[in-house]
Amino acid sequence: MSLEELYREVILDHYRSPRHKGKLEHASAHAEGHNPLCGDEIALDLLVEGGKVTKVAITGQGCSISQASASMMAEAIEGKSLDEVRDLIGKFKAMMDIEGDPKDAGIDPARPGAALGDLEALQGVRKFPVRIKCANLPWTTLEQALEDV
Amino acid sequence: MIDPSVRDDFPILSRTIRGKRLAFLDSAASSQKPRQVLDAMDELYRTKYANVYRGAYLLSEEATTAYEAARATAAEFIGADTATEVIFTRGTTTSLNMVAYGWGLEHLGEGDKILLTMMEHHANVVPWQLISRHTGAELVYAPITDDYRLDVDALYQLLDDSVKVVGVTAMSNVLGTIPPVADIAAAAHQVGALVVVDGAQLTPHEPVDVQALGADFYAFSGHKMLGPTGIGVLWGRMERLEEMEPMEGGGEMIADVQLHSSTWAPIPHRFEAGTPPIAEAVGLAAAMNYLSAIGMDQVAKHDAALTEYALGALSNIGGLHIYGPDDMQHRGGVVSFTVDGIHPHDLATILDGDGVAIRAGHHCARPLARTIGASSTARASFYVYNTTEDVDQLVDGLHHAKELFGVA
Ligand SMILES: Cc1ncc(COP(=O)(O)O)c(C=O)c1O
Repeated sequence: MSLEELYREVILDHYRSPRHKGKLEHASAHAEGHNPLCGDEIALDLLVEGGKVTKVAITGQGCSISQASASMMAEAIEGKSLDEVRDLIGKFKAMMDIEGDPKDAGIDPARPGAALGDLEALQGVRKFPVRIKCANLPWTTLEQALEDV
Repeated sequence: MIDPSVRDDFPILSRTIRGKRLAFLDSAASSQKPRQVLDAMDELYRTKYANVYRGAYLLSEEATTAYEAARATAAEFIGADTATEVIFTRGTTTSLNMVAYGWGLEHLGEGDKILLTMMEHHANVVPWQLISRHTGAELVYAPITDDYRLDVDALYQLLDDSVKVVGVTAMSNVLGTIPPVADIAAAAHQVGALVVVDGAQLTPHEPVDVQALGADFYAFSGHKMLGPTGIGVLWGRMERLEEMEPMEGGGEMIADVQLHSSTWAPIPHRFEAGTPPIAEAVGLAAAMNYLSAIGMDQVAKHDAALTEYALGALSNIGGLHIYGPDDMQHRGGVVSFTVDGIHPHDLATILDGDGVAIRAGHHCARPLARTIGASSTARASFYVYNTTEDVDQLVDGLHHAKELFGVA
């Protein structure tokens, strides 16, 4: 394991300048997640129109992994259909699932994040099990928000 | 400073962490154990283990003697009048709950106040919240000052006849602050309030005399003072212990059991229901003997020297903020800090890669974290086995973290 694998430049970039930061006036769905152990916090607003996530806004505070994961997630889901978003959540969780068998999830153990584009940068978190919940926090918050739509 | 050869007594210190020398700087959460403690527990299990008080046979008698000798050692360690005032518990948390439930439920009601401080650990907050729900007693908090000390004047302002309990930490596990507990206890007694002191952090690091502190109840844990987990102490002044009801019922704590009621065994056994932590008590006594052989005043000096060294070294790091008194006046060996642009959890991960174990988070003191405006901090804490080399390793690790995150 190396720290450089965890703290990829793209992760640090999203941490320093989070994308889609803010709140939505007329959100279709809202959810808040927090991690009582580390104090990471995420508040997520979605605008859903015609079965598509047309706008995403996030506020939060916490470690680089949780905040970068939120920022990258926001970029990845804006403009996607609800089905595509749900599919992405599944793929992200599969990448972070260090206990499950990658074959069951149909993913390549050498590159568990292959189908995730930029989000693959978070793959290094797998080697730091205590930090996995940080990476997952925005995604479980997103799942909660989708229950509203 | 304590001779670094004590490090040889701690087997764990010779292991490496991800190929690096271990700099263990999280003793405020739990300390490491010397072989003297491990050996004492091992010897009990190997040579004289049986349940206590029950058997009319030699093994049980020997185990009982060892358990009661541990109580005497604990009493002496904290300056108690008699060993019967020492109750063995699972730890500070259990000790404080025992006071809240055993004394608080009996003696508190509507219109009464429980006065706590803003720097309490959750263990000295949440039990009182539960009791307040049951009794209607109100919780009030004494604030802290801008220089991270207890605002004692404000505390005195809050102290009136309606205050029935004053709960105060003898040393903050976040700020390192050591409040003037003896003065507070004297003032609290003037209005007739019970004084409950959380000694979890003070007991491992400074000489303690419960009589001089003026406490009514004093709680601490074994695992933070070189002893095993699963054991702690509740010390209480005998008159106060007599006012307390047992929180747990069961074997060993009764005089007689009828079908619908029972009578209690004498103190301290009244408050030790069930089979007690026998080996843990023996381990705790070994830890106390180990610390006494070094001398608690030497331990305190050692911690102070390392803390002063660390405060100096850390204050030279740009963007680093320390949450706690910046001089050594009434302050213990705990240093909490943040570094601009790097979250404490990232700091902890990066430092771990360099073999440095520190704590990151709210340290079980959310009200305090909100007060100081840092929901999460990094914390380094020192003990007998730490050296300036550990502090240097921490400082190098912090420079490494800043480099990795590209912060100046
Ligand atoms: C000040 C203080 N009080 C109480 C506790 C709780 O101690 P324990 O977890 O051993 O019951 C701790 C340790 O975490 C502490 O630092």
